Amino acid sequence: MDQQRIRNFSIIAHIDHGKSTLADRILELTDTVTGREMRAQVLDTMELERERGITIKAQAVRVTWKGHELNLIDTPGHVDFTYEVSRSLQACEGAVLVVDAAQGIEAQTVANAYLAIENDLEIVPVVNKIDLPQADPDASAAEIADLVGDTAEHVLRISAKTGDGVAEVLDAIIERIPPPSGDTAAPSRALVFDSSYDQYRGVVAFVRMVDASFHAREPLRAMAQGTRFEAEEVGFFSPTMSAAKELGAGEVGYVITGLKDVSRLRVGDTLTSERRPADEPLPGYKDVKPMVFAGLFPTDSDDYPELRDALEKLKLNDASLFYEPETSQALGFGFRCGFLGLLHMEIVRERLEREFDLDLLVTAPNVAYLVVTKAGEELEVHNPSEMPREVERIEEPYIKASIIVPKDFVGPVMELNTERRGRFDHMEYLSEERVLLLYELPLGEIVLDYYDQLKSRTKGYASFDYDLVGFREGKLERVDVLIAGEPVDALSLIVHREGAYARGRQLVDRLREEIPRQFFDVPVQAAIGSRVIARETIKAKRKDVLAKCYGGDITRKRKLLEQQKKGKKRMKQVGSVEVPQEAFLAVLNLDGGKK
Amino acid sequence: MSAGAPVRHLYVHLPFCASRCGYCDFVTVVGRGGQHRAYVDALLAELSLERGVLAPRLESVFLGGGTPTFTAPAELRRLLRALPPAEEVTVEANPETVTPGVGALLRDGGVTRVSLGAQSFQPRLLSMLERGAGPDDVRRAVYALRDVGFDNISLDLVYGIPSQSAADLDADLSEALALEPEHLSCYELEAKRGTRFTHAHGAELARQAEAMESYFERVVARVTGAGFRWYETANFCRLPQLADGRDLRSRHNLAYWRSRDYLGLGIGAVSTIHGRRWRTTPRLGAYLAALAAGERPPREVEELSAPVRRSERVLLGLRLDEPLALEPGLERAVDWSAVERLERLGLVESGRSTDGTLALTTHGRFLGGGVTAELLA
Repeated sequence: MDQQRIRNFSIIAHIDHGKSTLADRILELTDTVTGREMRAQVLDTMELERERGITIKAQAVRVTWKGHELNLIDTPGHVDFTYEVSRSLQACEGAVLVVDAAQGIEAQTVANAYLAIENDLEIVPVVNKIDLPQADPDASAAEIADLVGDTAEHVLRISAKTGDGVAEVLDAIIERIPPPSGDTAAPSRALVFDSSYDQYRGVVAFVRMVDASFHAREPLRAMAQGTRFEAEEVGFFSPTMSAAKELGAGEVGYVITGLKDVSRLRVGDTLTSERRPADEPLPGYKDVKPMVFAGLFPTDSDDYPELRDALEKLKLNDASLFYEPETSQALGFGFRCGFLGLLHMEIVRERLEREFDLDLLVTAPNVAYLVVTKAGEELEVHNPSEMPREVERIEEPYIKASIIVPKDFVGPVMELNTERRGRFDHMEYLSEERVLLLYELPLGEIVLDYYDQLKSRTKGYASFDYDLVGFREGKLERVDVLIAGEPVDALSLIVHREGAYARGRQLVDRLREEIPRQFFDVPVQAAIGSRVIARETIKAKRKDVLAKCYGGDITRKRKLLEQQKKGKKRMKQVGSVEVPQEAFLAVLNLDGGKK
Repeated sequence: MSAGAPVRHLYVHLPFCASRCGYCDFVTVVGRGGQHRAYVDALLAELSLERGVLAPRLESVFLGGGTPTFTAPAELRRLLRALPPAEEVTVEANPETVTPGVGALLRDGGVTRVSLGAQSFQPRLLSMLERGAGPDDVRRAVYALRDVGFDNISLDLVYGIPSQSAADLDADLSEALALEPEHLSCYELEAKRGTRFTHAHGAELARQAEAMESYFERVVARVTGAGFRWYETANFCRLPQLADGRDLRSRHNLAYWRSRDYLGLGIGAVSTIHGRRWRTTPRLGAYLAALAAGERPPREVEELSAPVRRSERVLLGLRLDEPLALEPGLERAVDWSAVERLERLGLVESGRSTDGTLALTTHGRFLGGGVTAELLA
């Protein structure tokens, strides 16, 4: 296909603003799927994606409109997958930016629009859901025009639900988005913007051809990783896989690699022909690193092998998931897992519980720390209990947060961000009512209960998004918890020096509430090194008997004891203290859970 | 059914009461004055159906309720005469029902021991429990029983009543001890689900739980200090050296705690015989109808497997102050690593490798429920 007749685009939108519905309408309108095949949100294949209404994995579909080949590249909707979003955007020349006519711009809209602008994409602004009674298309159009530097008249007004205005969107894609401009004579190059694993065919790479073309059976090479393989098949999605003789310059499609390990082909890498390789890879490849870590332990320690198998299977389709075995004195055998962000963690946990039927205990998450020891050694620490006691310097990841709130809530949000060591960056009125706040915050202050706090302090009106900006030094301390004198590794946490006392106090108070009284006094302490900063005592039980036990009471009494015994089995033994599993989550909601 | 050792302990349930106390969850019948005769007929019919499992002479008979002494005197007399002879015959009584006449009736009927439901000596607390008797009724009842020659009287006390202070408790214990009973049972008030009392006072009880948690220790200290043996979690008897060498433990209740077989007659009564436990229907009409037709009343049966019987042997045996003898096989009912842990905490004493026994320490007995739950395999 002549590149002049190709358009590659993404749809970007805040969650629930109608991205998937618009994609469905486009597939119908272009006769890519028949009505019978049509099923809501065709592009989202995973059960979980459909239920949560979010898209985890990008996919690409080829449609035909007025003699043009249009490739719709689907992007994950959430910031945890920013890297994947930016790969997808790099595969396009333009983006349709969708905003809900009733909601207006949200934090994700802003973050995604900035990403698109950074990638030099032509933006087609669209106001969706104009059929809703509470829709205010004019206000939303003004906001979106302001955001992307366009005029409000230029903003399309549609209803993806009814199909109203969708044809005009397709026309605008052809009119406004430039065609690809690959070099058909140069050595071939293609960007891997996503991949998936098929148990029969191995790794399937989703690619955007930039220069020249690939053919079936052609030997290829991934330039950054050096992985070599033969293209078993090339083709495109319409919306199911259709094999083709070749993928030409500017086209979007797939390459079946036959590789049996997803880690051998990373998203962002450049594929080139083995016979006539390119000199330079396409720009921008980077290794994505997990930033949020948590321990995953089976509630029943017998399930450890099942958890290991499940993580192996998930990893096949999710190269960004990291895990390594972890042994905790308190929780037994499990895995330390690394995630791109909080949503990623939540999705992995849900998939483990739902698809693999595992009952899990997930410890409080923490971030990755870069540490320089007194001896000058550099370490990356993923677990507070592994933080060396003597350190020269600790660096922690920082984020740039975009928060959009009604103007009445600016005060509470600023207060929250100050408590969380945030640095104010920028504030602007999106409309008379709504304010955009930009802050820099340590990611470690976000991972525990920031979302909950933000929601409760803004009555649910805030929208929040973030992007990693790098590592910075922080005055951080490791706080350990001792129960009956025994340090509990799973409860250690890293906190800022100024908040250490308050955090230690809250944690100890929470544990006193969560741990039932035992047969003996149990001191609970928070300590920095050998210095105790907070202490509480769980007083010993003084009586625990069933007073009356005669001929008619024996069965009931026996069942009561069996019940009590079962309850004890669910507890974790820390030294001689029985600690309920819930106590290990005490650290998760120190502020919110206060009674 | 008659295979196996003959049963030597008999419980007879007399459900009739003048009124139902708010905290009570026993099987009771109020306001069926006309049915006392039919009920005693039914009991005697049930007895004759089950006579085969009983030994000719029993160790103990226990008439519980309800309020056995509320039963029409003629019917109570007829019942007592028809029961098989036993070394210990106990009748439960509410103080206000014990007149000199009733005392004589019991004495003549072969009763050797009376258990009086005193509960408290404070009018305020008694009315909270909806008890019919006042403090003077308790005293009058004890004197009446002494007058006709009873030398084995037990008093029931309840503690942990809403608003009961430590001083209230001490006063109750003093009043009870001043009557010089041979035996005392002291129960913490339980807010049992579904009772009127729990509905009215449950929240208050929960609030006071912490303030009242020392009451159990207080009861044990005061009563043992007055020359009583704390022989079971909630039961005390005067020491032999203060009672002409008599062992004043309740022989009938000891049978439960030693996992002996027992036959229970009457509505809601439980029997455990030869590895099988059953509860007779609590419904008076169904009970009377079945026995009038010469049939056994409806029962709910529970088969007790060998491991269940072993667990029960341990959980009941550890309620007593005498060490539990580890008979062959009983070791399997115990988690010995838990015992080791509990021994280190000073809650259990294991003579597993010496005299083959297991016992709770004094401290362990205050925590007997939790300790037993932990050490059962």
